[in-house]
Amino acid sequence: MTLDAITLSVIEAGLQQVCDEMDLAFSRAAFSPVIAEANDRSDGIYSAVDGSLIAQGLGGLPVFVGVMQYSTARLIEMIADGRCLPPEEGDVYIVNDPYLGGTHLMDVRFAMPVWRGGRIWCWLSNTGHWPDIGGAVPGGFSASATAVEQEGLRLPPVKLFKRGRMDPEIHAIIASNIRVADQRIGDIRAQAAALEVGKERLTQLLDRYGDTIVEAAIAELRRRAAAQMRAQIAAMPGGIWRGEAIVDSDGVVDAPLTIALAVEKRGDGLVFDFSGSSAPCAGPMNSVLATTLSSVYLAVRHIFPDVPLSAGAFEPLTVTGYEGTFLDAKYPRPVSGCAAEVSQRIAEAVFSAMVKALPARVTAAPAGTSGNFGLGGFDPEAGRNFVMYQLSGGGYGGAIGQDGLTNGCSTIGISKSPPVEIMEQNFPVLYRRYALREGSGGAGTSRGGFGLSYELELLRGDARASFVMDHGRVGPQGAAGGADGAVNRVEVWRGGQRHVPPHLSKEQDIELAAGDRVRVDTPGGGGYGDPKKRDRAMVREDVRLGYYSAEDAERLFGPF
Amino acid sequence: MSENEADEAGAPAGGFGTTGPVMAGIDVGGTFTDLILVDGRASQGGRVTVAKTPTSIDNQAFGVIAALEQAGVEVADVDLIVHGTTTTTNAVLERRLAKTGLITTAGFRDVLELGRRTRPQPYGMTGSFVPVIPRDLRLEVAERMDARGRVLTPLDEDAVRGAVRRLLDAGCESLVIHFLHAYANPAHERRAAEIARELWPNDYVTVGSALLSEAREFERGVTAAVNASVQPILKRYVARLREELAARGYRRDFLVMNGNGGMISAAEVDREAAKTVMSGPSSGVMAAAYTGRRAGFPDLVTYDMGGTSTDVALIRNAEAAVSSEIEIEYAMPIHLPMVDVHTVGAGGGSIARVDAAGLIRVGPESAGARPGPICYGRGGTEPTITDANLLLGRLDPARLLSVGSPVSIETIRQAFADRIGVKTGLDPLAAAEAVLKIANLKMAGAIRMVSLARGHDPRDFALFAFGGAGPLHASALARELGIPRLLVPARPGITNALGCVVADLRHDFVRTLNRPVPALDEAEIAAVLAAQQEAGLAAIAREAAQPARIRTVRSADMQFVGQTHLIRVALPDGPVTRDLLQGLFEKAYFARFRVSLPEIRANLVNLNTSVIGEREALDLSALIDPAGRAARLDGALRTRRPVWFAGWRDTPVYIREKLPLDAVIEGPAILEQLDATTVLEPGDVARSDRDGNLIVEVGHILEAGS
Repeated sequence: MTLDAITLSVIEAGLQQVCDEMDLAFSRAAFSPVIAEANDRSDGIYSAVDGSLIAQGLGGLPVFVGVMQYSTARLIEMIADGRCLPPEEGDVYIVNDPYLGGTHLMDVRFAMPVWRGGRIWCWLSNTGHWPDIGGAVPGGFSASATAVEQEGLRLPPVKLFKRGRMDPEIHAIIASNIRVADQRIGDIRAQAAALEVGKERLTQLLDRYGDTIVEAAIAELRRRAAAQMRAQIAAMPGGIWRGEAIVDSDGVVDAPLTIALAVEKRGDGLVFDFSGSSAPCAGPMNSVLATTLSSVYLAVRHIFPDVPLSAGAFEPLTVTGYEGTFLDAKYPRPVSGCAAEVSQRIAEAVFSAMVKALPARVTAAPAGTSGNFGLGGFDPEAGRNFVMYQLSGGGYGGAIGQDGLTNGCSTIGISKSPPVEIMEQNFPVLYRRYALREGSGGAGTSRGGFGLSYELELLRGDARASFVMDHGRVGPQGAAGGADGAVNRVEVWRGGQRHVPPHLSKEQDIELAAGDRVRVDTPGGGGYGDPKKRDRAMVREDVRLGYYSAEDAERLFGPF
Repeated sequence: MSENEADEAGAPAGGFGTTGPVMAGIDVGGTFTDLILVDGRASQGGRVTVAKTPTSIDNQAFGVIAALEQAGVEVADVDLIVHGTTTTTNAVLERRLAKTGLITTAGFRDVLELGRRTRPQPYGMTGSFVPVIPRDLRLEVAERMDARGRVLTPLDEDAVRGAVRRLLDAGCESLVIHFLHAYANPAHERRAAEIARELWPNDYVTVGSALLSEAREFERGVTAAVNASVQPILKRYVARLREELAARGYRRDFLVMNGNGGMISAAEVDREAAKTVMSGPSSGVMAAAYTGRRAGFPDLVTYDMGGTSTDVALIRNAEAAVSSEIEIEYAMPIHLPMVDVHTVGAGGGSIARVDAAGLIRVGPESAGARPGPICYGRGGTEPTITDANLLLGRLDPARLLSVGSPVSIETIRQAFADRIGVKTGLDPLAAAEAVLKIANLKMAGAIRMVSLARGHDPRDFALFAFGGAGPLHASALARELGIPRLLVPARPGITNALGCVVADLRHDFVRTLNRPVPALDEAEIAAVLAAQQEAGLAAIAREAAQPARIRTVRSADMQFVGQTHLIRVALPDGPVTRDLLQGLFEKAYFARFRVSLPEIRANLVNLNTSVIGEREALDLSALIDPAGRAARLDGALRTRRPVWFAGWRDTPVYIREKLPLDAVIEGPAILEQLDATTVLEPGDVARSDRDGNLIVEVGHILEAGS
């Protein structure tokens, strides 16, 4: 069948619309702020044959780029070989097993087949980050787990909805294994309702254009997305570019983990070779393969944002050399740091290699940590337990002609951080400051953006603090002669004594009493180009606004 | 209660329910200043005059005066002028702001610069953001409240004095006082403002919590900062316009359209200057609501397509949706109640290109006004939506190209051939058709996301098409959206100006309770709503103009306990009980999400009251002079020309102003008028109503791929 450019564009837009409306429905109806406000979720359409990505909502969290195609593929396999019950109309499977094409346990996936003419035409799937999934640490971000069982409840693909009705037994098992379970029913319904919205809109599309035409269009769109990616790659110079990124530690053993990457242009494809990276680690900074692949894809998409999100765009990208490294963790390796932190180091390794090939298109390294600070305890005034998270941004890398953004969101996220006033309404803490971190942007012809500096005090009761951050050992990398951004810093003041986590950016269960304080300084972005070549007027303006002291500016940028 | 109102009147008498009969609505847009004058004097019999002049960029007042002159009216004879302006909008978007200082809680001066840790787009790790107030003009003083409004650190009054003097020395004209948790206890902000006002040489002191009494320090702070930094600009503009009008004999105060869709006396508008940043778009929506109410279409999707962008809003029960969470650009939230208008980045100037995968993309790049589409003859070389309309005969080639343009239709055809055709294998006409189809699809998707996708059935709505390009695309868009009918007003190109003439006085009140429904005190609800209504009535009594009637609209913002998003539930007249709230909310929630959650309690977040002073009904039937209408449809036929609807069709072209009111027009047809062109697709059937609106029953949905 031949399809004209118009029909293709029309169907492409139609598929995109289905996904965007699923994203919207999920967020608007969700209960957890992490989904409703922070949009830590994603929705997409997947092939009935092999689970490959057909289309994905543009409002989804970037870390989920392509990731659900792996979980859907595994589900299809497991149905075929009998490990999962065969689907019927109205069924919705739930799964969060990291080793079956997942991320961390908190990312819970739903998958629903769409039937046409008695057969499965495609799968709709979505992922939502649940605020808790059981395990040792409230919220799930363990800094020192040594096996996945410590990280929470692990669900193989099971039917949560059977013929349109929720199975109360499955729900009861889940509810009795997670914290604050009473509100999860709202998220579950929202997540399933989003798939229903998708089914309805997709059915309209199929009824209007016909199943065969849409199928042909999907195949053609995939071919063209691949062609578009290849066209971008073909325009790159030939060669091999090396990049590297360092994870501070795994949280258990105090030693850095290295991501070694060589990117090679082969014809009109790119090969990402991770051989030489560190071995699997004892603590939770392992990455499962699905997350490793997605991290490469999301970094590439940051570089080429115009290439459509479909499996075709990934075809020219080959990822190798991960076997036997911490980027391909197997059961029971703990993985709770993979989606939030290791993923961003993988992206940084990609940026640091690709900036050499495409200096006008790629930036110096961004802060690249989610800045996860968790605090759990008992609030005597409210008479209840609480669990609070502070996620924070950092500086972005400089680029040719443009300084980095200050306090940008993590590389893998798009979520807003909560207001201080809302945090203080809900938790027994008082922020002493919430400020731009002066001097943190890496010097360069274009400097990095600035990180954040905040300090808060526990007002009453007792609590335990946990940190899962990164870039404490080395700052985000500068490029083309630019300096690195400032490193992440954590300080805990207990009874007037300063405590710095031995692993710098990771520690679990630090006991706090009323009056104790936590101070976090997040990384600045890497600088781009020789700082001495920075426009002197811009250096003077940076000093006038207090971004750098005059002495620091002179030292970093030269006389001004 | 967040009292967003001015304290006293002090304006000279004027008005619309009680004053003389000559009214002028003037809208200053990006390109044109539009005027509509309704002359109700006995000698004129409600005659309507319209005028269109180029907007004078540096001082919009000159364009306003020019429009009045073009209308041929003595300014001294005008009883009331109502004005929509983009002065403050442009000031914010271009950062041409008054020099403004901030005094804030120690430790928090960077809140305005840090934002909420975002980036402008999901993909691409770049972006820049210029804070409204630069860092060196953001000063800190010791003071602190906790989240419940208890004083933790007393206000350092000497530090306030010092900071005020420093900001004055730095040349600041405006001042913002913005303290943490001031919504819970404004005492420190108020005291600091008292101190500041002793020293500050003018009235430009904005107190954050007085403007907006809600938690969220970034949003409240930006709202206050925008307000302060446009205040002097708006005040100067209003003064200039007042002088220009006075010099021509206008003796009254004029009214300004606010972003909430209501008018306010010019003498008072600058106190809440931030509310005027949505002045222009909201007047169009108010005109749509008014027109729809009279025409019997209370539920509308408004569609205003211009040269670079398209504005969309939802109207239910003849009330425009109002939101308090408008973000006018990246990281620039204005959290004041304003008409919920969404902007989609597609307009007549949107450029069509073929991407590396061989797919046609329309926008987001735009040719804007300069160079503009190819057909403008100002050096544009890339095909745009307007060029596609021209090539396909939907716009009149003879007319558009007659404006002294050196561009021929052949040049446009060649551009489609070279830039779209070669890479896609389409001939120029098919390429132009594809561009329109893809543009319509993209607009339809964006419109759905901001309107219908929020739980509405498109079959309940009519598409209200206005702006220069709206009626050109509306029929095709309605098909995509599944909306069965169009409402094309009599004067699509001057709808914003009409909004100025028909808008009401309006005062909005929000009170946050934030309590689960079972814990609500019904007597308290009644007291809050009564107090809001009373405050609204008092505010209207202070206005320069007095309305014919006053009505009150009440609503509740609700959610399930634990949620963050809100649903607005309209409240009926009469007592508001817990059962009523619970029932209304569950119904609204199910309608929107098709989810019922009996397990979870409902939460009442805000009670809202809007007190609206309605003006005398304006007879819209004079918008098109009835005397000019032909007796029979033939009399309105200007010509016939080939127009492309999946193939050339010989298509009648009517002069809209001459259409008989009882005519039934079957598509395909083109209806041309001074300020817009309406395309009826094959299968459409159009009738006129008594106000001269076109009501179009949209034909069947187009087949795939054709």
